[in-house]
Amino acid sequence: MVVAYVILDGFDLGAGAIALIVGRTDAERGTIIRAIGPVWDGNEVWLLAAGGVLYFAFPLLYASSFQGFYLPLMIVLWLLMLRALGIEFRHQISNPIWRKFFETIFSISSALLTIFFGAALGNVIRGVPLNSDGYFFEALWTNWRVVPNPGILDWYTVISGVVALVALTNHGALYVTLKTDGDVNKRSRKVVSILWPALLAVTLVSLVATLSIRPELLDNYKKAPIGFAIPLLVVAALIGILRFHKSGNEKFAFLSSCVYLAGMLGGAAFAVYPNVLTASTGPQYSLTINNTVTGSYAMHVAIVWWAIGIVIAIGYFVFLFKMFKGKVTEAGGYGL
Amino acid sequence: MEQALLIHRLHFAFTVTFHYLFPQLTMGLAPLIVILKTMALKTGNEQYNRAARFWAKVFGINFVCGVVTGIPMEFQFGTNWSHFSRFAGGVIGQTLAMEGTFAFFLESAFLGLFLYGEKKLSPKMHWFSAFMVFVGSWLSGYFIVATDAWMQHPVGYTRLPDGSFQLASFWSLLLNPWALWQYAHNMSGAVITGAFVMTAIGAFYLLSRKHVENARLFIKLGIIAGCIASIMQIFPTGDGQGRMIAHNQPATLAGMEGLYKTQQGAPLAIMGQPNPATGQLDNPLTVPYMLSFLSYQHWNAEVKGLDSFPPQDIPDNIPLLYFAYHIMVGLGTMFIAVMVVSVFLLWRGKLFDARWMLWILMLAAPFPYIANIAGWMTAELGRQPWLVYGLLRTVDGYSTLVSAGNGMFTLLGFMGMYTIIAILFLFLVYRVINEGPEPETLSVRMPIDLKEAAVAVKN
Repeated sequence: MVVAYVILDGFDLGAGAIALIVGRTDAERGTIIRAIGPVWDGNEVWLLAAGGVLYFAFPLLYASSFQGFYLPLMIVLWLLMLRALGIEFRHQISNPIWRKFFETIFSISSALLTIFFGAALGNVIRGVPLNSDGYFFEALWTNWRVVPNPGILDWYTVISGVVALVALTNHGALYVTLKTDGDVNKRSRKVVSILWPALLAVTLVSLVATLSIRPELLDNYKKAPIGFAIPLLVVAALIGILRFHKSGNEKFAFLSSCVYLAGMLGGAAFAVYPNVLTASTGPQYSLTINNTVTGSYAMHVAIVWWAIGIVIAIGYFVFLFKMFKGKVTEAGGYGL
Repeated sequence: MEQALLIHRLHFAFTVTFHYLFPQLTMGLAPLIVILKTMALKTGNEQYNRAARFWAKVFGINFVCGVVTGIPMEFQFGTNWSHFSRFAGGVIGQTLAMEGTFAFFLESAFLGLFLYGEKKLSPKMHWFSAFMVFVGSWLSGYFIVATDAWMQHPVGYTRLPDGSFQLASFWSLLLNPWALWQYAHNMSGAVITGAFVMTAIGAFYLLSRKHVENARLFIKLGIIAGCIASIMQIFPTGDGQGRMIAHNQPATLAGMEGLYKTQQGAPLAIMGQPNPATGQLDNPLTVPYMLSFLSYQHWNAEVKGLDSFPPQDIPDNIPLLYFAYHIMVGLGTMFIAVMVVSVFLLWRGKLFDARWMLWILMLAAPFPYIANIAGWMTAELGRQPWLVYGLLRTVDGYSTLVSAGNGMFTLLGFMGMYTIIAILFLFLVYRVINEGPEPETLSVRMPIDLKEAAVAVKN
């Protein structure tokens, strides 16, 4: 579910971040926002749904991480709210000043969100100072070092924030390329051409940084060498993005980017398993899949309704994406 | 009370109160919009479609504000109430996750179709999307009420040695008798808000002699729905909810009524100010025996006063609880009076010329909001000092590692953010009301769009 959220909301976050760069005129920016307009809040619902599932399936993990990440989560909340206001209120009034204001809010909050999400993932990989009750509290920053008393932001999590910014902006630019034509399409293609080498570079830097602070993350891969398929997939996806992008196959370039994101997240999850929140204070304090999961009756019930709910939800999505497929033009949106 | 606990309570109270200003209108308007769409489909009269489009605009702005202010609610369970989440997440996480998975997906997907798809969809499909928006918003309401009902009246759980709750019966959680009454009471309250707002805008147009045809339709639909909902609000739903409280939360009932001393044939307090220092109601105006009868259907039944509970088990803010409850009931009674008189005038064919009544209907719009919020305050203040009634105290539920300073920082942040949202909301709704439901305004808008297009071409 987290993967679904990152891939789906990832493109509209990224598209938001580049809206001001590739959209030079009011109408062009309008095109970009219309490209994500009908689908963005459905995508955001995945975040809420994932949060809800986390809540009942792993109450301790939810309680611990939400308290520990209090400050960054509140900032994420404010950014999410600003972003929603930006996209929803922009089209209410066709005054250029009004529109510009909400576009700017939308774009800045989208970009900052990608960084915070990346930093959050960085915290999970690096580990947090859990106490014996399974709780912790982190300041926003302390001394920018990884140990012994880390803040939410340190040099490592800043790197992962940058990875997320680059990867999701690239993802968003590929989506905009896919959904538009004309100047906007040309400019966002240019963004991809510039971002691809950066993406390659930050992916490598983050890999090296991760292995230098947590070398034991390789253990799972050594135990189950099949896991090495995941990094290979990431490399293949990176090459795919470049090749399909060069040959103008917009759809496959975007799909490669989806695979890249899924691979990065999957690789991280594979490495930390069975931990769900690693303790920097010692492995005995780590929260694992097993010590946080709720009772089996609740899980059985939930799997039944969850499966039904997700099938229905996917039904809406297929329907919505079908209704709104094709390229967006400046004048008429989707002809609605 | 510890400073951090107070701030965490204010944090939730402020954000949830502000949030609930929006869903009560969307849940209240949704069935009214379905009625308008149904009439349009049946009669083929375009006026109903125009009315539905107008209310869809109001609905859309409210929906956005409701979603935006709703996201923090789910987060706060973890951020500000992490001990509570750790203990109770296995149970109430179910209903909260179901809200996201079933109701919220449904509502947001079909709202997009309803708002932007009228030209593309057939009239029947457009009616269907309006109907699904209604279903989604009311389902959402149910899952949230079921969550609160479990905290008020916990059922279907087992408790582990470490104190955490585990779900034992899914259906008893979903069909909690408390949830059924609370839901009925809450939804008719939402319809009252929707109906009063619809009537008030109709009355405003009639008084300003604008959009007369639509105004009459708004008033007619508004007061008929409002009359039914106002009566249902007291009986059976208010009565049923009250008996739930009398049987399961006797200390809460005593607090709501300001009844300090246990007595047989207890009176119902209409007015008066509870005085915690002396343990009595100052300046009382009461109806003798009435409380006993309403609670237990017996004129002489014994009603427990606050003196029969240990002081640590009674609600910690009796005056606020008492007034929240009395404001709710007082306003509810006035709603019935206003609506019954209006329906009578409508029946006699005099309502649309009775300008004094139109003034009352126009100015009545804010009061259902106050009544709905006061009702929720009654429920949640009445639950104190418990977070999960009788099982987990509020003082044991908050995030102890989040300091008062951090809590204050984010509370002030929300206050600032919500001030901006409130200003934008009022501004946008004012524009919609000012523009009105008539079609000729569309042509006024065109030149702006054309100019914009021309500028785009030039660039």
